Amino acid sequence: MNGPGSLYVAIATRAFRRYSTYTGATVAGIFTNSVFGVISSFVLIAVWRANPDAGGYDTTDVVTYVWLGQAMIMTIALWGGGAPADLAARIKSGDVALDFYRPVGILGWYLAADVGRSAFHLLSRGLVPTLVGGLLFDLRYPSGPWVWMAFAASLPLALLVSFAIRFLLAMTAFWILDDQGATLLASAAAVFFSGLTVPLVLFPGWFGDLVRVLPWASYLQVPADVWLGQRSGWSAVAGLGLQAGWAAILLGACALLLRVAERRVVVQGG
Amino acid sequence: MSLIEVRDLRRTFRVRRRDDVVAVHDVSFDIEPGEMVGYIGPNGAGKSTTIKMLTGILVPTSGHLRVAGVDPSKRRTALASRIGVVFGQRTTLWWDLPLRDSFELLQKIYRIPPARYRQNLDRFLELLDLGDLLDTPVRQLSLGQRMRGDITAALLHDPEILYLDEPTIGLDVVSKGRLREFLRALNAERATTLLLTTHDLQDIEALCDRVMVIDHGSLVFDGALTQLQARGGSSRTLVVDLVDERPAIEVPGAVTVRVDGPRQWLTFPADASAAPIVSAVAAGYDVADLSIQEPDIEDVIRELYAGR
Repeated sequence: MNGPGSLYVAIATRAFRRYSTYTGATVAGIFTNSVFGVISSFVLIAVWRANPDAGGYDTTDVVTYVWLGQAMIMTIALWGGGAPADLAARIKSGDVALDFYRPVGILGWYLAADVGRSAFHLLSRGLVPTLVGGLLFDLRYPSGPWVWMAFAASLPLALLVSFAIRFLLAMTAFWILDDQGATLLASAAAVFFSGLTVPLVLFPGWFGDLVRVLPWASYLQVPADVWLGQRSGWSAVAGLGLQAGWAAILLGACALLLRVAERRVVVQGG
Repeated sequence: MSLIEVRDLRRTFRVRRRDDVVAVHDVSFDIEPGEMVGYIGPNGAGKSTTIKMLTGILVPTSGHLRVAGVDPSKRRTALASRIGVVFGQRTTLWWDLPLRDSFELLQKIYRIPPARYRQNLDRFLELLDLGDLLDTPVRQLSLGQRMRGDITAALLHDPEILYLDEPTIGLDVVSKGRLREFLRALNAERATTLLLTTHDLQDIEALCDRVMVIDHGSLVFDGALTQLQARGGSSRTLVVDLVDERPAIEVPGAVTVRVDGPRQWLTFPADASAAPIVSAVAAGYDVADLSIQEPDIEDVIRELYAGR
């Protein structure tokens, strides 16, 4: 095999292997996710005891939601990092010039690397804490093969949306020297608007309607609702459609901005 | 047609709203296949800007530019498979992975046929003495080892032209020597064209028959290394150690430029013979010792830089 597909597979495989070399960080991360899962579970169990079917969730739903949230944090690099962070570092150091020398698209390259990273984090930081949660708490699991399949589609879409947002943010390094402020802001926005702290189903009125269609809803709320069966049938399709729509728009924006950045480097000399 | 054709190449940068800085000012040169050319100049002279335009990641403001028959900035991706680029201060290797992984990815990127890839890799590993390091993560390599890794990475796809930007920066004497030897062997074996920027003139003396000197964006010299030595190095120096301290020596054909105790420095034209001057000194004075200093290429270049 020597086609372009095999290149991206090779990049993803290397990224997977690269993250698998950080054994200490992985073990520590799994521990952290599990501890936070336990704490959040008890906090939300207390909330739901006072308010048993808030947001249409029962206690089992919300505890499952908590553990899904812990599993998603690293799988989709919810609050930042992953391959786009490497790009930001290469832009700042100037090494990105070398990326322009290669006969490979930069967007595809970094996406493949992030998919490899995500696969590793899904198996380690996603799966293992979920198993821990399943041992300690009563969790809800997908009710049939269709639900599993819908979730299996929702997960990569969540990654694509998160990747696109992180990639857009990384590219700001072409224009502004210090992206720390923007990164911090984006990270805070992702934590809040993804529903990691409080499920988005709890927000009432127009604000609730709004946050449930923002791109960050694709991160956790949509995949969790698919998993829990809160979205089934056309509602599940609509959820996947929302994710796919944001993924298409944001990746399109990435491609466009990358061309502008490339022009800036090539025509104006950076 | 030359492999690299550059005519009146100019690049200006807009610094502030109305300030244009001319980084490369109407530079013209040709490079033929198989040449090893040194490209030197002080910091900020326009070397890197030229290389960026030659490799296609910077568009010229004006002028004509063809590399292997194509306009680099318009056909950058097509050209990428025909050139190799090495930056002494940057790396293309993947930091956390063994050297082997970087090479395998490059095979996929450039679609190098497996047999050719094996053959090239084996040859470069042997020449650069890298075989034992193939499974070492790049972050654990020394600078010299990493540099050899980067050079291998730049050559696996059989580029016709190799651009090297300060490839020996930070390397020790042994590593530098080994690298130069490799580049000479590469050029001899494969007729790879080399364009090398450096601040280390020993790189140039060891590798390049031809030197281009750029300063303030303009080419101030383009020619053979020997010509460069002859040109700026207009004089040689005779160092005379007399038995006693004496006033300045006076002999025909030479000028005494410095007296320090019993030691005196006499300069004479580089193309003149030293023999009559040495005999005149020996005949008229009690000489303890004599030596002749050849023109130093560093001095030559310093004069060129200062001349503008």
